[in-house]
Amino acid sequence: MRAFVLAALVSFAAAPALAQDRVASGRYQAVLGDCAGCHTAPGDKPMAGGMILQTPFGKIAVPNITPDRETGLGNWTEADFRRAMREGVSPGGKRLYPAMPYPAYARMPDADISALWAYLKTLTPVRHAVEPNLLPFPYNIRTLMAGWNWFYPSPVGFAPTAGKTAEWNRGAYLVTGPGHCGACHTAKTFLGADRAKAFTGASLQGWFAPEITGAKPHGIGNWSTDDIVTYLKSGWNTHAAATGPMVEVVENSTSQLTDADLRAIAVYLKDQPAGSDIRSGTRVTAGDPAMQAGGRLYQDNCVGCHGWDGKGETLIFPPLAGNAILLQPSAESLTRVVLEGAQAAGTKSAPTAPAMPSFAWKLNDGEVAALLTYIRNSWGDDAAPVTAASVAKIRANLRGH
Amino acid sequence: MAQLLPHKDVVIMGLGWTGAVLAQELTDAGLHVVAIERGPWRDTATDFNIGYMPDELRYAIRRELFLAPAQEAMTMRNNLAQTALPMRDYGSFLPGHGVGGAGVHWNGFNWRFFPSDFQIKTHLTKRYGAGRIRELQLEDWGVTYDEIEHCFDKFEYLCGTSGKAGNLKGRVVEGGNPFEGPRTRDYPNPPLKMPYSAMLFSEAAKGLGLHPFPSPAANMSRPYVNPLGVAMGECTYCGFCERFGCANYSKAMPQTTILPVLMRKPNFEARTECEVLKINLRPDGKTARSVTYVDAAGHEFEQPGDIILLCGYGMMNVRMMLLSGIGVPYDPVQGTGTVGRNYCYQTQGTGARLFFENKHFNPFIGTGALGATIDDFNGDAFDHSALDFVGGAGISCGSSNGRPIGNRPTPPGTPRWGAAWKKATAETYQNATGVGAQGTSYPVRGNYLDLDPTYKDRFGRPLLRVTFDFPDNDLRMSRYLSDQIAKIGKAMNPKQMAMNQSAKGWNSVPYQTTHNTGGAGMGPNPKASAVNRYLQSWDVSNLFVIGASAFQQNAGKNPTGTVGALAYWAAEAIRDQYLKKPGALVPA
Repeated sequence: MRAFVLAALVSFAAAPALAQDRVASGRYQAVLGDCAGCHTAPGDKPMAGGMILQTPFGKIAVPNITPDRETGLGNWTEADFRRAMREGVSPGGKRLYPAMPYPAYARMPDADISALWAYLKTLTPVRHAVEPNLLPFPYNIRTLMAGWNWFYPSPVGFAPTAGKTAEWNRGAYLVTGPGHCGACHTAKTFLGADRAKAFTGASLQGWFAPEITGAKPHGIGNWSTDDIVTYLKSGWNTHAAATGPMVEVVENSTSQLTDADLRAIAVYLKDQPAGSDIRSGTRVTAGDPAMQAGGRLYQDNCVGCHGWDGKGETLIFPPLAGNAILLQPSAESLTRVVLEGAQAAGTKSAPTAPAMPSFAWKLNDGEVAALLTYIRNSWGDDAAPVTAASVAKIRANLRGH
Repeated sequence: MAQLLPHKDVVIMGLGWTGAVLAQELTDAGLHVVAIERGPWRDTATDFNIGYMPDELRYAIRRELFLAPAQEAMTMRNNLAQTALPMRDYGSFLPGHGVGGAGVHWNGFNWRFFPSDFQIKTHLTKRYGAGRIRELQLEDWGVTYDEIEHCFDKFEYLCGTSGKAGNLKGRVVEGGNPFEGPRTRDYPNPPLKMPYSAMLFSEAAKGLGLHPFPSPAANMSRPYVNPLGVAMGECTYCGFCERFGCANYSKAMPQTTILPVLMRKPNFEARTECEVLKINLRPDGKTARSVTYVDAAGHEFEQPGDIILLCGYGMMNVRMMLLSGIGVPYDPVQGTGTVGRNYCYQTQGTGARLFFENKHFNPFIGTGALGATIDDFNGDAFDHSALDFVGGAGISCGSSNGRPIGNRPTPPGTPRWGAAWKKATAETYQNATGVGAQGTSYPVRGNYLDLDPTYKDRFGRPLLRVTFDFPDNDLRMSRYLSDQIAKIGKAMNPKQMAMNQSAKGWNSVPYQTTHNTGGAGMGPNPKASAVNRYLQSWDVSNLFVIGASAFQQNAGKNPTGTVGALAYWAAEAIRDQYLKKPGALVPA
């Protein structure tokens, strides 16, 4: 009798523990997929949607994925959810836009999707109706997505590459699957599908998501595996600090991943082939008027924090010398940071979240161009000069926001 | 009718140094904390923008970051016989305003008071006899230096203080301050690079057998990451520290040390532009129930909490106690009551201006607390047996700034304007430096704080009334210090030297110092202190009053280091003692 009671207690205790493990695993999947990055509006209830995404095709409002019956996923089944995650089709056959990276999520195994579903069901239901369809014609016709999916079928599941280590394959799965890194870092066709070379950088939402292949110096070829792990965990390493939309990715997602997963991501990315060579070919000389003017502007405006040697200071002022983010073929992000200012990620291991102020009020287009040309061509760096016209265009876009 | 808000564990009035320290420590202990701050939110890149922070006119002359009299004014008088009048503008001292409080606009001097300062009455009585201090109203603080040494340490490491230890666990270290209390370890950062003026001063002082050392500075001598993981940048010696927020993340402020961590915590909330009107007591009068505050739109709220912390500027803490009917107001005639008692200032204004020829002091290369100090004539570091006063002053020389409007030294006799002034200011800029004394301020019966009987604020509440003049003891001290400064000044071999001295008749108009202390003193005796040794109100046991208001006298040092240490000390008492057994931590 005594043994029976003990056994009963054990099984009784084990069941909720298992369910809790599944929810915890699902929470990790949500972090991995950075669901909150789109589905949680800043300062709002988790996963209640409503944020407006700027896509190349127009605006998309992000749906509510809390378990609210009327405005969220409260009436969905797990099968409905799995189909949405993999095929981009919601119950009733309504097609999702690939701003929802279902082609990447399709690689996730059943168990992980199931755990994610279990986690989402534990969230507080929020009544928040979102009308997602803000796109202009013809993109506002959801059924067109059927054609998109026919053009760009997404493979279900993940097939490891033979001859690569388990760690590399885990990285490949994370990067191309739930991590959906290519959603930003791989250039898109006008239909929104990936162009040929993965992770070689892309322009979106007014930022240039840099190349994250093994390329040197503009990829992460000069970063050690540890450097990449540190960057993803804290938003910082000795080469660079996360900027722009990557700040949120670090805060909401990568800073909360396990070290093993971050290491796997690093190993896989470092092994990716470089895109084209970004070196300008005709090197800007020190005597160039832009370099002269830029040097003076750098001395007046930047030296106090970033230093004469462009090395910055750990965890507070990002280095400029050799910083891959500055050496992209497009100076879009760099220009934007100077005009708008920027704030670094705030994470557990690097909580400072220092910010750079805006210089839009102080420097005109020609000055910003000279300054950026100087920064991209000093301390041994060599990247294409920046023109006043390109600064003017970005300034106009920022004003429009 | 105030809207009643959901209960919090801890309600803090004021989000400056002490509010931030207490909030950080108590949220770490798992409590839900709300800070109610009457000024605006402020952060580095937005409000201390490197692009326009070095605007002397805007920040130093027009004082954009400071408390404006429209928000809260005070009335002032020198003695009981006078009628206090409201000031039209803050002058003699400049209280801070907004998140970070005075921790935003300080220079960064981060001192420890001497061990003898905490037991001033016992110490001086023992050394010189009770007769020597009869004209003063000195009190022990109820806490010893050794008890709070680890709290000083914690605050210095939080702030990334640059300096050199002079006494490591009782061993005197060459080059540091030999008169300081023993410290368990050295400063977290080495001293700042000394300017030429401080080098000349140090050489002269050494020649006279004195002991110069680098002033402890919360300005970073190198990049620093504090124990909370918050990073600060190396100081650029730009000289825009006092009256400015640091644009370079190089001066310790709540913004550069605590807030990045605190603001991320789910159990912390800051409500800015919300002014606390009063603390509401429970019917028994022995505990506080809530605070009432008004937001920027004029809506009134009642915020209940288990623990209420007054973390405003010291004088504001005293006023809030008086407005809320907490404790017995001090009566200078009867000598009764404790709230408002032992208000002290700082005996400033004693010093020398030195004028040289063919020097290059480069005063524009400076930072807040940059310079050298001697403590040979500070506090009770020297024998007063043959002297007619107690107390003393730290004597310093350095380069805090060379800003173009405020820093225009000219030799005595120079016209105040015109071609001759222009010529003199151009010649003197590179050739002048100063040696100054920051003197102790000891309490006397007639110096105190209370509520003004006539003048009211925009909410109809009485203004704080300041009754103060420099005590005779302190002026005798100032004269003695002036002689010592003159000796050092002469040894620096200037072409010309002009002496200044403190004088009777405190004037609230010209800027002197913002080191106002006392009014809610701490101590072992409820008849002579408003709060006990843990800064807990003797009268309302869930109220702690934290800040320089707790000082029983002011030392010859900037107060922030001791304020920070007392904040950690109070936080520790709440966490380790009060939470386990709420109620009076010391029986009255």
